[in-house]
Amino acid sequence: MKKELLKGNVAFAEAAIRAGCEAYFGYPITPQTEALEHMSKRMPELGRTFIQAESEVAAINMVYGAACAGIQTMTSSSSPGVSLMMEGLSYIAGSEVPVVIVDIMRGGPGLGNIAPAQGDYNQMVKGGGHGDYRIIVLAPATIQELIDLTYEAFGLADKYRTIVAVLADGSLGQMMEPAVLPEMRPVRPVDKRPAWALTGAKGRDSHFITSIYLEPLDEEKFNQKLLETEAKIEANEVRYKELLLDDAEIAIVAFGTAGRVAQTAVKIARENGIKVGLLRPISLYPFPTDRIRRLADQVDGMLVTEMNSGQMVEDVRLAVEGRLPVSFYGRMGGVIPMPEEILDEVRKLKASITEKV
Amino acid sequence: MEKTEMIESLIYTKPRSLQPIGTHYCPGCTHGIAHRLVAEVIDEMGIREQTIGVAPVGCAVFIYNYFDVDFAEASHGRAPAMATGIKRANPDKFVFTYQGDGDLASIGAAEILHAANRGEKISVIFINNGIYGMTGGQMAPTTIEGWKTTSSPMGRNVELHGYPIRMSEILAQIEGSAYIVRRSLHNVANIRRAKKAIRTAFEVQRMGLGLAMVELLSSCPTNWKISPDEALKVIEEKMLPVYPLGDFKVDPAIQKHGKGW
Amino acid sequence: MQTSIIISGFGGQGVLFAGQLLAYTALDNDLHVTWFPSYGPEMRGGTAHCTVIISDDEIGSPVIRNPDAAIVMNLPSLDKYEPLMLPKGVLVINTSLVDRSVARQDIDSVMVPASEIADELGNRRLANIIMLGALLQRLPFLSIEMLEKGIDAHIPERHRDMLDANLKALHRGFSEAS
Ligand SMILES: Cc1ncc(C[n+]2csc(CCOP(=O)(O)OP(=O)(O)O)c2C)c(N)n1
Ligand code: SF4
Repeated sequence: MKKELLKGNVAFAEAAIRAGCEAYFGYPITPQTEALEHMSKRMPELGRTFIQAESEVAAINMVYGAACAGIQTMTSSSSPGVSLMMEGLSYIAGSEVPVVIVDIMRGGPGLGNIAPAQGDYNQMVKGGGHGDYRIIVLAPATIQELIDLTYEAFGLADKYRTIVAVLADGSLGQMMEPAVLPEMRPVRPVDKRPAWALTGAKGRDSHFITSIYLEPLDEEKFNQKLLETEAKIEANEVRYKELLLDDAEIAIVAFGTAGRVAQTAVKIARENGIKVGLLRPISLYPFPTDRIRRLADQVDGMLVTEMNSGQMVEDVRLAVEGRLPVSFYGRMGGVIPMPEEILDEVRKLKASITEKV
Repeated sequence: MEKTEMIESLIYTKPRSLQPIGTHYCPGCTHGIAHRLVAEVIDEMGIREQTIGVAPVGCAVFIYNYFDVDFAEASHGRAPAMATGIKRANPDKFVFTYQGDGDLASIGAAEILHAANRGEKISVIFINNGIYGMTGGQMAPTTIEGWKTTSSPMGRNVELHGYPIRMSEILAQIEGSAYIVRRSLHNVANIRRAKKAIRTAFEVQRMGLGLAMVELLSSCPTNWKISPDEALKVIEEKMLPVYPLGDFKVDPAIQKHGKGW
Repeated sequence: MQTSIIISGFGGQGVLFAGQLLAYTALDNDLHVTWFPSYGPEMRGGTAHCTVIISDDEIGSPVIRNPDAAIVMNLPSLDKYEPLMLPKGVLVINTSLVDRSVARQDIDSVMVPASEIADELGNRRLANIIMLGALLQRLPFLSIEMLEKGIDAHIPERHRDMLDANLKALHRGFSEAS
């Protein structure tokens, strides 16, 4: 297929449509709104459902309902809106229905601003909503990845009966880059809906979808079931990209846009004879813990760089288990770090390691 | 002679309650007029130092930069809840919210309804411009049938998106509300009436009667994609038939008070 | 190799579209490209800018601090980007809206009275295309022929009647900078 110049928000919305998304529910919020606008045009054209909900609280619960009915459904929003969806996500996790959500993060906390940021790593990866659950979180760094991961998210959600979040920042929503859109998949026929779906109990026992387990032992059993799913996800769905790690003495770990910027920093560093490479986690949950653990045996130091005050770095440090220095460089509030800044941090880390030796 | 002078001073001096700076609003946007009316009322009542405003999420999010009164910024739609907290902590102060139609009628519908139902002694300035201004022209719950917006590209279809919602009429039904009126900002005569209503809404607070709301039909030339003048005409020709002006609820105590303020 | 271009001006001067034209043209010629806009309330009546990066290899960061080239459509843009230019960088200046000279000696400044030329051509909104034409004199990767094709292929349908005017503007800018 041919490459097109695509804006991130439009690209992921179209990718979702082509993945067979049958219903989209959302609420406008910058820097994600073009996705909702694209859906408002395309979904009715295709005879599918688009609703601009009265709020994000309503939107996520519409998604919840549509998912219970067994169709492929999604929402998208940006940080403050996603905060409002957290209760719904917790209920969805507690009901094991498949749902896709795209979060185009912006600067915060509070109303913050609309500039690109990664301050919601903890919110998405560590639960956000109440209770014991984990969701698959995928972090693209290019428009092509944004498309591919959104497309794939629907299949993953179905496979594990889980929430799949695509976590990107405002710059990916707003920038344009050449990318290829996937082929159009038909929507799932009514008779192919999952067995657990609420479609009316014609000729079968009625069933219900709920997240309440009053008896602690029952709740624990359910929690145990979620854990089993998570074990499978952790075994099968770890994704990351590597750049020039084979002979690296220093590894940068960065996701999304920060990872892209780090990629340029690695290039410049190599031109300057510094042996540095990049590990870019794509699945933030499941986190590439094993790969980082192995990397810790090879390199002399790691630099984690994020567009926040230091969130993923905690997971890197857990994986490294104190075996080597892990430094952190972050820009906050919607500021994108420049490659030169990351390079300076690499130099500092290198100097501090050499000193110790 | 005297009269023209008075009008001039009304029009050309900045109210004390406004900061002496320009706003970020688009040319011809009626937010500026609404700000001015509220500020003039606060000045005339001499309550600048007893007033606390609550800002919305919407184009008026930076209203606190323009008013020289205490202000808090709420999350989207929650201003009436936040105002409730402020008023309960400061029962002797004047507390008002200033909210757009997305803020008040969509995401914040529950908060305004329940603030009214509790009879919160706050004043609500409700800017109905039929669209989401700040986010770039999406459909609002107040968007008129058939209007094209960036999220109703084929025009608002009431079967899919619901009907334009009339908040004044709804809130008038609620027992806790004391004063609910709709005014318009599309010409001088109406602006003058709007100001009187805003004054009453603040006086209602002083009298402790319950929630007061002034809905103001407003324009958004930028997202309606027409000139400011045409926009004022659109208010008159397109919005007025759907949103009739009027007093939907006036507590008898206000009527008894007459026009004494 | 990669080259970075910033285009900056008032909202409504067509800087975002000018950047998109470069991006589309780069794509049509099998190059890697990113287009990164300013967005949000900043655009409302204020300034707008975009960053275009063109490369023959995968592009990392879509933002850069120091551009290889910049088109500045007004004075605030000149004030902002002159100090940031890479040495030997190309700075194309719309002298119609800028009333000062360029202080830096280590960059290549191209002075184009674009708004005036646009008026002369009968449409002030062509200033962005005139500036692009001027930039093309110094820009690696893209030639004027490529951009001609780019405009033809990507001009919005509702402006197709402006195609010839746009091509003329492109050439006027190009010769202005030679
Ligand atoms: C929870 C949340 N959802 C969405 C937004 C994005 N948002 C900002 S303003 C706005 C709507 C503004 O429209 P309106 O209230 O009609 O006011 P106007 O801008 O027209 O004055 C929205 C949806 C947000 N800031 N927070
Ligand atoms: S976008 Fe509309 S409501 Fe907002 S300032 Fe501009 S004209 Fe006013």
